[in-house]
Amino acid sequence: MSSPILKLIAQRIALGILLLLAVSVLIFAGTQILPGDVAQAILGQSATPESLANLREQLGLNQPAYIRYFHWLGGVLTGDLGTAMSSGQDIATSIKERLWNTLFLAFWAAIVAIPLAITLGLIAVRYRNGWVDKLISGVALASTSFPEFFIGYLLVYFFAVKWQIFPGISTVYDGMSFLERMQAIALPATALTLVVLAHMMRMTRAAILNVMQSAYVETAELKGLSAFNVIRKHAFPNAIAPIINVIMLNLAYLIVGVVVVEVIFVYPGMGQYLVDHVTKRDVPVVQAVGLIFAAVYISLNIIADIGAIVANPRLRHPK
Amino acid sequence: MADTKTKPVQPKQGLLLDIRNLRIEATVYPPGGEAPKTITLVHDVSLTLEKGKVLGLIGESGAGKSTIGLSSMGYGRGGVRITGGEVIFNGRDILKGGKEGFRKLRGREVCYVAQSAAAAFNPAHRLMDQVVEATLLHGTATRAEAEKRAVALFKKLSLPNPETIGERFPHQVSGGQLQRVMTAMALCSEPDLIVFDEPTTALDVTTQIDVLAAIKDAIRDTHVAALYITHDLAVVAQVSDEIMVLRHGRLVEWGGTRQIIKEPRQEYTNALVSVHEIEHQEQKPSATPFLSVKNVTAAYGGGHVKVLKNVSVDIYPGQTLAVVGESGSGKSTLARAITGLLPPEQGSVVFDGRTLGNRLSDRPKEDLRQLQMIYQMADVAMNPRQTVGTIIGRPLEFYFGMNGRERDRRVTELLDEIEMGKGFIDRYPAELSGGQKQRVCIARSLAAKPKLIICDEVTSALDPLVANGILKLLLNLQQVEKVAYLFITHDLATVKSIADSIAVMYRGEVVRYGLKSKVLAPPFDAYTDLLLSSVPQMEIGWLEKAIRGRRMASAGN
Amino acid sequence: MLDIKRMPIPALIGIVLTALFVLAAFFAPWIAPHGNGEIVGDVWEPMSATHWLGTDNLGRDLLSRMIYGARITLFIAVLATALSFSLGAILGFSAAVFGGWYDTLLSRLVDLLMSIPTLIMGLVVLSVLPTNLVTLILVMGVLDSTRVYRLSRAVAVDINIMDYVEAAKLRGEGEGWIIFREILPNALSPLISELGLRFIYAVLFLSTLSFLGLGVQPPDADWGGMVKENKDGIVFGIAAALIPAAAIALLAISVNLVADWVLNRTTSLKGGRG
Repeated sequence: MSSPILKLIAQRIALGILLLLAVSVLIFAGTQILPGDVAQAILGQSATPESLANLREQLGLNQPAYIRYFHWLGGVLTGDLGTAMSSGQDIATSIKERLWNTLFLAFWAAIVAIPLAITLGLIAVRYRNGWVDKLISGVALASTSFPEFFIGYLLVYFFAVKWQIFPGISTVYDGMSFLERMQAIALPATALTLVVLAHMMRMTRAAILNVMQSAYVETAELKGLSAFNVIRKHAFPNAIAPIINVIMLNLAYLIVGVVVVEVIFVYPGMGQYLVDHVTKRDVPVVQAVGLIFAAVYISLNIIADIGAIVANPRLRHPK
Repeated sequence: MADTKTKPVQPKQGLLLDIRNLRIEATVYPPGGEAPKTITLVHDVSLTLEKGKVLGLIGESGAGKSTIGLSSMGYGRGGVRITGGEVIFNGRDILKGGKEGFRKLRGREVCYVAQSAAAAFNPAHRLMDQVVEATLLHGTATRAEAEKRAVALFKKLSLPNPETIGERFPHQVSGGQLQRVMTAMALCSEPDLIVFDEPTTALDVTTQIDVLAAIKDAIRDTHVAALYITHDLAVVAQVSDEIMVLRHGRLVEWGGTRQIIKEPRQEYTNALVSVHEIEHQEQKPSATPFLSVKNVTAAYGGGHVKVLKNVSVDIYPGQTLAVVGESGSGKSTLARAITGLLPPEQGSVVFDGRTLGNRLSDRPKEDLRQLQMIYQMADVAMNPRQTVGTIIGRPLEFYFGMNGRERDRRVTELLDEIEMGKGFIDRYPAELSGGQKQRVCIARSLAAKPKLIICDEVTSALDPLVANGILKLLLNLQQVEKVAYLFITHDLATVKSIADSIAVMYRGEVVRYGLKSKVLAPPFDAYTDLLLSSVPQMEIGWLEKAIRGRRMASAGN
Repeated sequence: MLDIKRMPIPALIGIVLTALFVLAAFFAPWIAPHGNGEIVGDVWEPMSATHWLGTDNLGRDLLSRMIYGARITLFIAVLATALSFSLGAILGFSAAVFGGWYDTLLSRLVDLLMSIPTLIMGLVVLSVLPTNLVTLILVMGVLDSTRVYRLSRAVAVDINIMDYVEAAKLRGEGEGWIIFREILPNALSPLISELGLRFIYAVLFLSTLSFLGLGVQPPDADWGGMVKENKDGIVFGIAAALIPAAAIALLAISVNLVADWVLNRTTSLKGGRG
C-alpha cells in the first residue's frame, strides 16, 4: 500500500463528504421549493390563522432559509434530527430501531443475492450463447420489467395465502428469536433479492465476459492452465474491481427497492416510515430519512470507487 | 511442395510438426439477430517443420496465418474450430489428445508470443511470476531453477536490469521490453516450438530491429523451432529458414527463404516481394514554395507538453514533402498546426505569400478549401450514415455551390479518377473494403480542388498490396491535378516511393530536411542513420549487418 | 420499409401488445363495458361472463377500470418521457458541443441530482408539493432527464472527436451542420433505444408512486393505484391486485422487445440492405 493510493482514497472520501453536504443542501432545498408557504400547504386551505402561525413558529419559518438550513445541519451533525410534526416524537429515537430493521432485511437480501448473482453470471459466461445463457438473460430481461410490488404480491399470494408457508405480513418485535425473525423476513427478503438479482447478474456477466475476452486470459490458456486455474489466477484478480462495482451499484439499488418492499409487507423499517410521513407531509422526518438514504447510497458508491482503486495494479504499483 | 498434400499418413523421422490437410472453420454472429453463419478460414493447408528450424508464415490480413499458427497448440480464437486434418507434433496427433492432451502440450512443448505483449501480460501479476508460471505448472523445474533460467534469458535478450526486471508489473515496462520478456517467458519452459505471432508489428521501427535481433539470437542459441507469423516479408526473411505464403486461407507458395525472396514462382508472391518498387523521379523545387511553415512551436495542455519545437519546412506546387518519424516525433502535430486545429504558440504558416490565421475559425472558406486532409483510419474519417455520393458531393456543394445533376456528374468523374465505378455512389462506407474507403477519402479531398493534401499515415492501416495501389493512385493524381502532398508516415519505404523532399522528425524537431536524394545519401546524422538502418531490407543477412553498423541506441531501450 | 415477415417474432409480439395497450388507452370510453367509477356489483366478485376480470374493492368492473387505467398510465408516462427526453437530450448535446463552463456547470448539477436515488428525491419533493398531474409529470420528467443528459452527452462527446467530424470542421462547416448532419444521425440509434427504456422506467416509477399513495389520486387510478386499492384482498386469496401489476409488467416487457429490435435495426450501417 503506497502513498499515492492512500492519497487517491483520501481524495475520494473528501469528495464524498463534499457531495453529502451538497446533497443535504439539495434535500433541504427540495422541501422549500413550494411557491407558497409550506405551513399553508401542510395544513391546507381550511387552516386557521392561529394554527398557521403556530406551525410557522414550530418550523422556524420566520427565519430566512439559510439560517434554518444551518440550524438543521448542525442538529444532524450532533445526532439531533428534530421532532416529528405529526406525532411530536424525537426522530432519532424513532429511526434507531427502524434503521436496524431495514439493515437487517437488506443484509439478508444481499447475502442471498450477491453469491447467487455471481454464480448465475459465471454460469451464463461459461455456457455463453447456449440455451442456459439465453434462458438466464431472458428471465433477467423480463424481471427487470417487473415492478417490485408485482413480485412482492405474487410471493404473498402463493407462499402466504395459497400454501401458507411464510407470513404475508412481516411483524417484528423486541424479544423475537432469530429464527422467528428470519421467518418473518423470508418473503420480503426474497422479494428484494429478486428485485436486484436480475440486474446484478446481467452486469456480472458483462464484467466477467469482458475480462475473459482479454489477451492475458488467452496467454494463460496457452500456458496449459486448466480452465479453473485460468479463472482463479488470471481472470478473477482483474474481475474483482468491476464486480465490486456491480455489487455496490446494486446494493444502492436495493435501498430503493426496500422502500416499496417494506410497504408491501408492512415491515417496520425506514422505507415505510418515510412513505408514511411523506403522506402526512411531515417535512422534518422526510428530510432526515431522505438524508440517511442518500448517505447510505453515496457511501456505497464511495466503497465501490475505493474498491476499484485498491484492485487496480496500475495504481497500487505506480511506475 | 504440392506433394505434401498427397503423402500417406505415417510418422516421419526428424519432423517436429507435421500438419496435414488442415481445415479450420468459424461461426460468425452477424449483428442484428440474423442466423449465425459458418465460414472456412483455412482450406486444406499442410506443412512440416523440422526440429530447430524456423518457418515463416506470411500473408495479408485474412490469410489465416495466425489461425494456422495457433492450431499447432490446438487452440482456436473465438468461435474458431479445427474441423479437418491432422496436427502431428512430436509423433502424435494432438487433435486426438483431448483437453488434457492440449494442457500438457501448451506451455511445455509449444509456447506462444503474442503481437501485443502489453495486452498479453496479466496486469495484476509481477512479470517473474508470469514468466515462470508455465515451467512450474508442468513441473519441469523448481521455482529457484526457473527464476535463474528466466534471469539468464532476460540477459540473453538484452533486457536492462535482468536481475530485477522480473519484480516489475507489466505497466511499468516499455512495449519493446515487454515483447522481449514475453519471448523469455516462451523460452523459459524450454519448449520444442514457439509460435511468434507478429511479435514486432506494434513496435516502432528502431525498436523492432532490437527485438528482432534478440529473438533471432535466442532461437539460434536455444535450438528451438519456431513458426514466425508476420505480414512483413523483409522481417520474416531475417529469421526464417523457410517461408510459406498464404492467401485467403490457402497455400500460395512454400520454399526456402532465398528462393521466395529472390526467385518467387507465384505471381502473388512476386507482388509481395516487389511491393515497394515504385519508380518516382524526384522533382526539383520550383522558385518559390506556396506554403511555408516558419519556426512553428506548438504544445498541448496549455503549453506544458511541447510537441513541436521551432519547425520550418516549405512545400512546392505539385510536389510531395514527406515527414518521417516514429511515434511521438510530432509529425501528426505538424499537420494539426498547419490546418489550424492546434494553433501554434510561436511561428506562422505562410500560404501564397500571406500568413494564415492561427485558428481554424480565423480562416476564410477559400483558405480551408486549399488545404485538404486524408486520415489514417478511413473507417472513422467518413460519416457512416452518409452515402459515398454525399461524402464526395458535400465539398462540391459547400465550396462551389454545385447541385443536382451537375454535382452528380462531377462525383461520377471523381469516382472514375479513383478507379471506382459509378455503382458506388449509393453505397455506405460499411459496404466498402479498406482500400476503397481510403480511395473515397481521396476523392473527397480532391473534390475541393485543393493546392495541398495532407496525408496522415494514409497507408499504415492497409495491407501492403492495397497500400501500394493507394500510393500509385496518389502519384497518378498528382500528375493530373497538380496537387502537392504533405505525406506523414513512419514508413521509410513509402517515403522512397513517393517523396520529392523529406523532413526527418525526432522528438518534436526537424533533424534533417532537404531533397530526397540529399536526405537519403550519406553522411547521416545519428538519428537518420539509426532510422534508415532500422528499416528491414528484403535481403538475407541484413539484420546482422544493420546491428553491427549502428551508432546510436534506439529510444525503446 | 417494414417487412413484417422478416421481423423477429419477439419484436412482432412486442409491437402487437404495445399497440393493443395504446388502442385501449385511446378508445377507453368506447371499449370499456362500464364507466370508470360505476359500481356494478359486489366487492371483489370473481371473474365471470359479465365481469371478465371480476370487480374491485368497491364493486367496480375491473376490466373497465383497467382500460381507463391504461389511459392515465400511458398519458402520464408519455408526457414525462417526452419532458425528460427533450430536456436531457437538448442539454446533453449542447453541453458536448459547446463545452467549457456551461458543460461543467450542467454536468456537476446532474452528478449531484444523481447522487440521490430517484425515488427518494421524488418522495422528498412530493412531500411538500401539491399532488396533481402537472406536479407528477414535472417531477418525473425532471428527475429522469438526468439520465438522458448523461447518455446524450456521452454519445455526442464520443462522436464529436471522430475524424469525420474533424473533417467537417476542417471543411469549414457550421455548428448546425455538425450537430444535425454529422452527430445526430449517429447518435440516434442509442438514443432511440434509450427512449424505450426511459418510457418503461416512467411507467414503473409512476406505478410505484401511485402504489405508495403519492401518484395519481382517487377516484382516478392508474395501474399502480389499482394495485394499492385492491392489495388488501390478497390476504383473502383475491388476486384482483395482481392483474394491474401484471399489466404493468407486460407493457414494460413489450416496449423492451420493441426497443431491442429498433436498436438492432438502426445500428445497421448499410442502409438496411443487409
